[in-house]
Amino acid sequence: MRVLQIIETAYRATLEEQDDTVLWFTRAIRGAGAAADVVLTGTAVSYTVRDQDAHGLSIGTWSQRHPPAIEHELTKLIESGASVSAIAEDLEERGIAAESMIAGVARLSRKELSGLLGRYDRVWKW
Amino acid sequence: MPGYLLIESRDPFEGKGFSQRLELAAALIAQDAPVTFFLVENGVLAARRAARVHELEKLARSGVAVLADEFALRERGIPAAELAGHIRSATLDLLVERLGAGAVALWN
Amino acid sequence: MTPTRSLTFLLMDAPYEQSRTGTAFRLMDAALRLGFAVRVFAYEGAVSLPVTQQKPHPNAMHGRSVEEEAHPVPHVWVSSLMQRATERGTPLDWVNCGLCVDERGATEVVAGVRRGSPADFWKMVTETDNALIIPTR
Repeated sequence: MRVLQIIETAYRATLEEQDDTVLWFTRAIRGAGAAADVVLTGTAVSYTVRDQDAHGLSIGTWSQRHPPAIEHELTKLIESGASVSAIAEDLEERGIAAESMIAGVARLSRKELSGLLGRYDRVWKW
Repeated sequence: MPGYLLIESRDPFEGKGFSQRLELAAALIAQDAPVTFFLVENGVLAARRAARVHELEKLARSGVAVLADEFALRERGIPAAELAGHIRSATLDLLVERLGAGAVALWN
Repeated sequence: MTPTRSLTFLLMDAPYEQSRTGTAFRLMDAALRLGFAVRVFAYEGAVSLPVTQQKPHPNAMHGRSVEEEAHPVPHVWVSSLMQRATERGTPLDWVNCGLCVDERGATEVVAGVRRGSPADFWKMVTETDNALIIPTR
């Protein structure tokens, strides 16, 4: 079964979870057999940016050992065979240039998104 | 006068709320009150020079201090070289100091 | 003697749901470091922040065991702030809204967290230099 994950929310509790829970979930269902691809839209296009660094969180006497490594999560998804796209208009309005993005993310125009939905058995928005 | 501290945590492109809050900041500075517009979390997505948030520059030129949480910038891969000239990277210590000084603080 | 500066924070979000939680704890940590006395009123979902039954877990996707993953548990953040506050001699007072506790069954909480009501929040506000409300969505 082909699944399209449209992900809009980003950085939601990523420090506490030490990853993005929807990307994590996507990898988990792929591991369980789902042919899941990802479209990043809205705030989530920010996940495509290279060199994100969330090191250094400390609260009182506690220090974080493993900060989230979002681009690494996305790269692992791509390496596992998932198609990962980002909406071009959302990248542009946030000033995210192609040269600052990780490799392997396709640019998709908002107009092209509607055409993509029909190619999947399930489409879920997060 | 402690002034106002508008804390902006949301992606500026998420909806029209952001521009409404910019209008509020502009109205407050026009009353000669010190105003700090502090970007945290996804609010820092407004801080890239290449981002289409021209109204923030106008706000800064009117005297509003526009600051962005340095941790949130780093977390989102926005280096100093890509920061808009009218936005200053700052630690949350500065936000706390403004609070401690009695600023009226609104969190969005 | 210079009176201690003080701040009140009102939190609303449950653990693991919003980036506001991480920012709130960073702000409270900064306030303690800067020498402020910190008072916290946990409202709605935030009453679950100091719940002691939170447990870390392994993460097979990260290839890490429980110990290796060192997954954050907010009740540890609460205790850790309290410990830092004690070390610095600037108190941290954490009040969980009682009705919110009842609704959520958030009764088992870290030592030092007390049960209260909006009247306690109001008392905090009148006794501190400023108050920040971090609202939920």
